[in-house]
Amino acid sequence: MQFTSMILSNFQISPGYWRMRLTAPREFGHAEPGQFIMLRTSSGIDPLLRRPFGIFDAGLHSPPQTGAASHPFFEILYKVVGKGTSLLSSLHENDLLDVLGPLGKGFDMGIPGEEKLIVGGGVGLAPLYLLARELVKHSPVRLFAGGRSRDDILCITEFERLGVECYVATEDGSLGECGVVTEALLKRLDSRNRQKSAIFACGPHGMLDAVSKIASERSIPCQVSLEGYMACGVGACLGCVTPGKNRTAENPDFRCVCAEGPVFDSRELGWGNI
Amino acid sequence: MRPDMGIEIAGMKLRNPVIAASGTFGYGAEFAPYLDLEKIGAFATKGLSLKPRGGNPLPRIVETPGGMLNAIGLQNVGIDSFIADKAPFLRTVDTPAIANFFGNTVEEYAEMAERLDNVAEIAALEVNISCPNVKEGGILFGTDPAQAAAVVRACRRMTGKPLIVKLSPNVTDIVRMASACADAGADALSLINTLTGMAIDLKLRRPALANITGGLSGPAIKPVALRMVWQVARSVKLPVIGMGGIMSGTDALEFMLAGAAAVQVGTASFINPGALQKIAEEMEKWLSENNVESVRSMTGALQ
Repeated sequence: MQFTSMILSNFQISPGYWRMRLTAPREFGHAEPGQFIMLRTSSGIDPLLRRPFGIFDAGLHSPPQTGAASHPFFEILYKVVGKGTSLLSSLHENDLLDVLGPLGKGFDMGIPGEEKLIVGGGVGLAPLYLLARELVKHSPVRLFAGGRSRDDILCITEFERLGVECYVATEDGSLGECGVVTEALLKRLDSRNRQKSAIFACGPHGMLDAVSKIASERSIPCQVSLEGYMACGVGACLGCVTPGKNRTAENPDFRCVCAEGPVFDSRELGWGNI
Repeated sequence: MRPDMGIEIAGMKLRNPVIAASGTFGYGAEFAPYLDLEKIGAFATKGLSLKPRGGNPLPRIVETPGGMLNAIGLQNVGIDSFIADKAPFLRTVDTPAIANFFGNTVEEYAEMAERLDNVAEIAALEVNISCPNVKEGGILFGTDPAQAAAVVRACRRMTGKPLIVKLSPNVTDIVRMASACADAGADALSLINTLTGMAIDLKLRRPALANITGGLSGPAIKPVALRMVWQVARSVKLPVIGMGGIMSGTDALEFMLAGAAAVQVGTASFINPGALQKIAEEMEKWLSENNVESVRSMTGALQ
C-alpha cells in the first residue's frame, strides 16, 4: 500500500539516533512485527530512491487534546548516516511523507510459552520492539541489546515496560556488561535448564553471523532480520538479494531480502557466502 | 474531449504508449498490488536466459545524484521456470507482455527466440544486446554493428512475433548500431539501456559496487537519452521506443516529440510502483489541456 503520512513527532533519542511517529491508514494496523516501510526523504530527485525502515511500533495514537479522535500511527527508529536520513531528521510535526508498506515477510511468533530471546545491535533494535510487544502476550521474553557505547543502546526502558528482561552489553563498557552482546546471550543459554528457546535477531552482519552460529550449534530455532541495499522494496530490482544455503557455483541460490525477507530462518541463508 | 491514447508499434496495438522497462518490473505480478496492469500500454519482463542466472556479487546498486547505478548481472529464473511459473500470470492480464532475453552466443540468442516464439502469453520479443554488467553476451553484441546484426538475423529467422532490439548508449555512433539492427530485420528499436558509470566510496577507497562499474539510470540520463532517441528516430525507418530517466507524463511526451512512438519507464517504478499508470494519466491530461486529439501526433512533432 502507498500512502501519504503526516509526521506526529520526530525527535532525537540518543546522539545520532532519531524516533519518528507518523500517521497511518486503518489497514496499516495489520502490520506484522519484522515488516518494513520504504519512504521518500524528499519529493525531488536527490535523494532519488526510497529508504527502508523497520516498523518500530504501530497502534492507535491518542492526541493530547481531549475529545480528539484517536487514529492509527506507526513509528520508525533511524540513525542519521547520510543525506536521506539527515533530511528526515530536519522534518517537523505536520510535514508530509510518501510511504510504501508494510512490506516483506515478518517474524514467525514461534511456540507460545517457550522462552523468546531477542538480540539487537544498535539501530537493529528497530523492528524488535513490535515483536517483543507481541511475544510478551504468550511467552517470557529476554532482550540482549548491544552497541559500541551507551549512546547505541536505544529504548531499553520501552522494552522493560513490556515486562521484558533486558541484558545490555557495550564494547566500551559505558553501559551494562563490557563486551559484545553475543557473550551475554551465551551466558543465558548456558544457564538454562533444558528449557526450549527461540532466538530473534537484528543488527550488523557480524553479530547476526555469530548469533546464527550460536543457535545452530545448540539447535535453537533462530530468525534474523536482514538489511540490504534496495531500490524498490517489492522484489523487482534484485539489488538486495542475499545468498541462500544452497548456493554453489552451479546453483545461483539468491534470496530477495525485501520480498522473501527481511526475516529469514537463519538455517536458510548461506552465511559463508554473504 | 478525451485524447486518443492508442498507438500501434511493430504490429502491436497498445492502449497507451507507456511500457514498463525490463529489469524494473519483475515478471509483472510484483506490481499488480500497486497499479492496474490494464491501464498501461505493455510491460517487458526481466531479461531471460536459457539457464537460471545468479547475477553479480553484492553490493549491486548505489544511489547517485538524480540516478542510480546498478550491476545486477542479469539475475533471472531461466526460461524453463519462466514458462512454468511466471507465464501463467500473464494470461490473466489483458496487456501485452514483452519478453526481454539474452544469450552468450548467437546460437543461444536464436534458441531463446525460438523458444519464446512458442510461448503464447508473450506478445513480443525484446533482444537485449546492451547489458553493461556482464562480460559475455549482452554488451559484446551491443557495441559492434556486425555482431548485433548477426544476433538480430538469427532471432528474426526464429520468430514471427514483433522483434524489438534494445540498444546500448555506450557506443560511439548509435545510429550505425540502429541501422545494422534495422537492416537485419528488427521491427522496432528500444533505447537507451543504462550508461556505464562508476561510484567510489572515498572513506573505504573502494568502488561502491562489487562489479566496480554499473549502469546509470534515472533522471540524470534523460538529456543523453533524448539526444540518442532523436538521432535514431530521424535516421532509421523503424519505430523507436524511447527511454531514459522518464519520471512524468511531460518527460514521456518530450521523448515522443524527439521521435519515439512509445516510451519505456524503468527506474521511476522503483520509487513509485504505480508510476506507469500515473505517467499515462499525466500524458492524457497534458494532451487534453493542450487540445491534442491523438498521442500519435506527438511522435516526431518537434518543431
